[in-house]
Amino acid sequence: MNARLFLAQRATAFVLALAVAIHLGTILYTSRGGLTAADILARTHGNLWFLLFYGAFVIAVAIHAPIGLRNVLREWTPWRGRSLDLTLALFSILLLALGLRAVFAVYSA
Amino acid sequence: MSDTLQVEIWRGTESGSFQPFAIPRREHQTVLDVVSEIQREHDATLSYRFACRVGMCGSCAMVVNGRPRWTCRTRVSEVIDGDRLQLEPLRNFPVVKDLAVEMTQFFDKWKAAKGYFEPGATPAKEFAVVPPATPERQAADAGIECIGCGVCYSACDVMAWDSDYLGPAALNRAWTLANDVRDRGNDARLAAVSGGSGCQACHTHMSCTSFCPKAIAPTYAIAGLKRAVLRKALRAAP
Repeated sequence: MNARLFLAQRATAFVLALAVAIHLGTILYTSRGGLTAADILARTHGNLWFLLFYGAFVIAVAIHAPIGLRNVLREWTPWRGRSLDLTLALFSILLLALGLRAVFAVYSA
Repeated sequence: MSDTLQVEIWRGTESGSFQPFAIPRREHQTVLDVVSEIQREHDATLSYRFACRVGMCGSCAMVVNGRPRWTCRTRVSEVIDGDRLQLEPLRNFPVVKDLAVEMTQFFDKWKAAKGYFEPGATPAKEFAVVPPATPERQAADAGIECIGCGVCYSACDVMAWDSDYLGPAALNRAWTLANDVRDRGNDARLAAVSGGSGCQACHTHMSCTSFCPKAIAPTYAIAGLKRAVLRKALRAAP
């Protein structure tokens, strides 16, 4: 792993540590508070904070996860080189596209 | 405690088997004493390495009852399991024969990690004054006593799954030089240790640090390299 990937992985880990904690805390809070899906969507609709928070969350995931997966694959399989990097770049784009699509859907619902 | 040691020694190369020997137990006997006795009294075809017998040369390391050790400074009484002593060649090295391993790749990696002093294009005009209390000198001192025995390389899990990994000893040496204020080759060194199988591949399992017979902590040296590489990457970032 080169220095730039290492830096990107560590920096996004900081973002994720915070984001995952807020995400899980919010889930517990809303489910215990008895909010329905409609109640939640009413609160997220047009909420710019929601969009920014989950947008950043998804971007961090799309950077962090493929780098980690690349390390695991390099350590546990003989797969190396360009084909591996390209596959994981595609995986990153997939995570980004699916994630942002979901965030935007909840924001605009 | 019986008077006889039941010794099993690896015979062969990558493939082979353990050969049993019964050796009299002696006071203050080291593991290397046992191997030498077997080679001289029982089977002259046994291959192994040693030179100094006093913990300086780093040539007698072997896996003793499952753990890598310097055998000249390891007493049988410290490591014996009942009366059983199992001896294998170091792990993560190609085996030449019996207990002797091929160290070429190990030392090539020191070179690959730029584990040598780089004086720069022009020689320094003055003697460098390096006060012993400076943080750089103390960081270098912490890793400078490496004898190149290969115990850390044998103990390392990352080494077991990535044969290209530079390994704890080479990275430790690179870190001592990164802290040498006279050295002029650190940019190239930091680039050399942060390739695909460089310092960032370390999982901080700390096996190198727990088994190093010289009580060096390569894990901390590798962590230092990670920080230095990160600082360099941050400075280079636009």
